[in-house]
Amino acid sequence: MFPSRFRYEAPRSLDEAIGLLRDGGDYAKVLAGGQSLVPMMKLRFASPELIVDINNVPGLDYHRADPDGSLRIGALCRHADLEFSGLLKGTQPTMAAAAPQIADPLVRNRGTLVGSLCHADPQGDWASVMLALGGSVIAQGPRGRRAIPLTEFVTGPFENVLEHDEIAVEAVVPPTAGARAGGYLKLERRVGDFATVGVAVAIETAGDAVVRAGIALTGVGGSTIGATEAAAALAGKPLTASSIAEAAELAASVARPRTDHRGTAEYKRNLVRVFVTRILAGTPTANAGAAGTEEVTERAA
Amino acid sequence: MAMVFDDLGDEAEEFPVRKIRFAINGKKKMAEIEPRLLLVDLIRRGAELTGTHRGCDTTNCGACTVLVDGRAIKSCTMLAVQVDGREVTTVEGLASASELHPIQEGFRQEHGLQCGFCTPGMMMAAKDLLDRNPDPTEEDVRWALSGNLCRCTGYQNIVKSVLWAAEKLKAEA
Repeated sequence: MFPSRFRYEAPRSLDEAIGLLRDGGDYAKVLAGGQSLVPMMKLRFASPELIVDINNVPGLDYHRADPDGSLRIGALCRHADLEFSGLLKGTQPTMAAAAPQIADPLVRNRGTLVGSLCHADPQGDWASVMLALGGSVIAQGPRGRRAIPLTEFVTGPFENVLEHDEIAVEAVVPPTAGARAGGYLKLERRVGDFATVGVAVAIETAGDAVVRAGIALTGVGGSTIGATEAAAALAGKPLTASSIAEAAELAASVARPRTDHRGTAEYKRNLVRVFVTRILAGTPTANAGAAGTEEVTERAA
Repeated sequence: MAMVFDDLGDEAEEFPVRKIRFAINGKKKMAEIEPRLLLVDLIRRGAELTGTHRGCDTTNCGACTVLVDGRAIKSCTMLAVQVDGREVTTVEGLASASELHPIQEGFRQEHGLQCGFCTPGMMMAAKDLLDRNPDPTEEDVRWALSGNLCRCTGYQNIVKSVLWAAEKLKAEA
């Protein structure tokens, strides 16, 4: 298989790339890691007339903590960079848990977090992680830069709000209001398959209270699902067995899974319940408090 | 080295060709290619290095794994034009003229292959791992090879082969 014909440009700066996109109109596509775009082009699901390959644009492969506490991930930061990142291990438990679960090691060497967000596949893991963390995407175009919260970034399956002459240059995780905890759990039939179910949980605690919480679901609906009510059930109080059970129940109730070859809708909904419980029960806050892991896990089973 | 698409048929109008320069297994090359040419085709048909196998052609199996600038990637999922100015290493680049690479020796010692189709990809994924982590655990090896499918061996001996190679490389270091 090979893609249909296209014009290929490999600009050396963002300005040059944006100029090419402006002239290319709706028929241009940005190529970063290409781990979704190239397969789609080979299958002729996508046949862009112009490919703007940004891999030669310097200075986009970073991920770094800014002085204000926000985490910034550049458009050419590969999944593997995040998997082996010392920075994430200590400071971003949800991202650190998700990174090694993206696709497979070879795809992780090439694919990018920002590209995954732009691709807007409802089965994409990073969208859930960034949604749970309250993240945003920075778009750059001829009119300058703008920040787009992830809640507004994706408009539908494989659709985002970027203008045709804008490039997603960065993803941002806002500063924490407390100590971060959380995780990402995913069931897949084999490495590299799409998630049967994925659950991202990110909480921030101050003292023994949860001050901010985010929960998002992968693969159980036509889009990434933010379980906002479930997250709200955790905020403003200590993490207890009953608050965990309530959040798990609320998260399961907003899942819209479909029965398919990966499992029944009922099975997937229960997995959401189990995963939310497992992640929360595994956090240091839960273990310090009344919510013992075993007790909570049993309740979900 | 030039890639020529003969048999253009009705589409014989002008199509854009790009000139790229790259290195493959240490040798500098130049190629004129269509941008839609995949890296696996540049390697197999252009450079005539057929050790890199096209397996599933859908980013699943890892048989086409090569190193680009030292990182293991699937060459069916990268455009050839993207290696302009970069370094490609294929399985043919592992051995020296007289000696097998310890990874290759490991696959022989531990019977790490049966039909051999997945082997080049396995070896290149292993190379990436051992370059990054010279002292991997069995779990590390299984994790690193999880993007490569083998339908014969059950993976047991492949994992042993890579661990064998790690020991050999450590002893040589």
